[in-house]
Amino acid sequence: MASPQPRVGVVTYPGSQDDRDALWALAALDAEAVPVWHEERELPDLDAVVLPGGFSYGDYLRCGAIARFSPATTAVCEFAEAGGLVLGICNGFQILCEAGLLPGVLLRNESLRFVCRDVPLVVERDDLPFTSRCATGQTIVIPVKHGDGRWFAPPELVRELEANRQVVFRYAEACNGSVDDIAGVCNERGNVLGLMPHPEHAVDPLLGSADGALILASLVEAARKRVLALI
Amino acid sequence: MKATVLVRPKQGILDPQGDAVESALGHLGFSVSEARVGKVVDLEVDASDATEARVQVERMCEQLLANPLIESFEVEIHG
Repeated sequence: MASPQPRVGVVTYPGSQDDRDALWALAALDAEAVPVWHEERELPDLDAVVLPGGFSYGDYLRCGAIARFSPATTAVCEFAEAGGLVLGICNGFQILCEAGLLPGVLLRNESLRFVCRDVPLVVERDDLPFTSRCATGQTIVIPVKHGDGRWFAPPELVRELEANRQVVFRYAEACNGSVDDIAGVCNERGNVLGLMPHPEHAVDPLLGSADGALILASLVEAARKRVLALI
Repeated sequence: MKATVLVRPKQGILDPQGDAVESALGHLGFSVSEARVGKVVDLEVDASDATEARVQVERMCEQLLANPLIESFEVEIHG
């Protein structure tokens, strides 16, 4: 029997930009990539969800502050609550923080400049559904492109996150002024991850790096295992 | 009823916009030792009195207008 194709949804908000790249990358990694419109109150039958990058609702007020109230985000929160796998990339990460699914907040880059370049990232743990194809301590190269990527949390919260091993990716060199160079964090349960760098833009050597595929293929594999567990 | 919400970056939060403003004011010859940049939201609230308006606007701040991790807010009701 051919291995089942997991269904991975990608939410499109007004102002999303990287939804199509995410759909393309997931399909290239052998998932059935399912577009989800922001007005959908119920998610279709999915094994994982990706919130893509962009500027949802113009990023008015604060990045992700308005998208947090969209019907699809409410459905994604319920999906995560039930243990579903959720990956937020860039603006998706900002939305997950505003929605309270992930700790912290993303602020204007320390330099006040938009940063758009490949960055080396250190993988802090490889025991998550999002990092199973990586190795702890490994450095991977993935592009960032953001003006508001400086992750912040108060010191006591950072200590708690470190103790719970919720820091998943760290910039190997200064990038935007994030606390402790944190580039990606997960929730305590480990089924929701957010990161500022864009794995979907690094899934083929032609794009400069294929390291992003390590993250997305981990997600597709974890989603596939969930399908198999149901058969 | 008119209301104004002032949203400020909390003390201790790095505010690069404020730093840039401070530096620009210095270039203009002003002596400024700190600048912090926040937001103003002017609202027209449907409420019967100032107390009710204040309760409503404070709830708006908690739910949307300010992020408690990084911002403090102040509500002014203008009657």
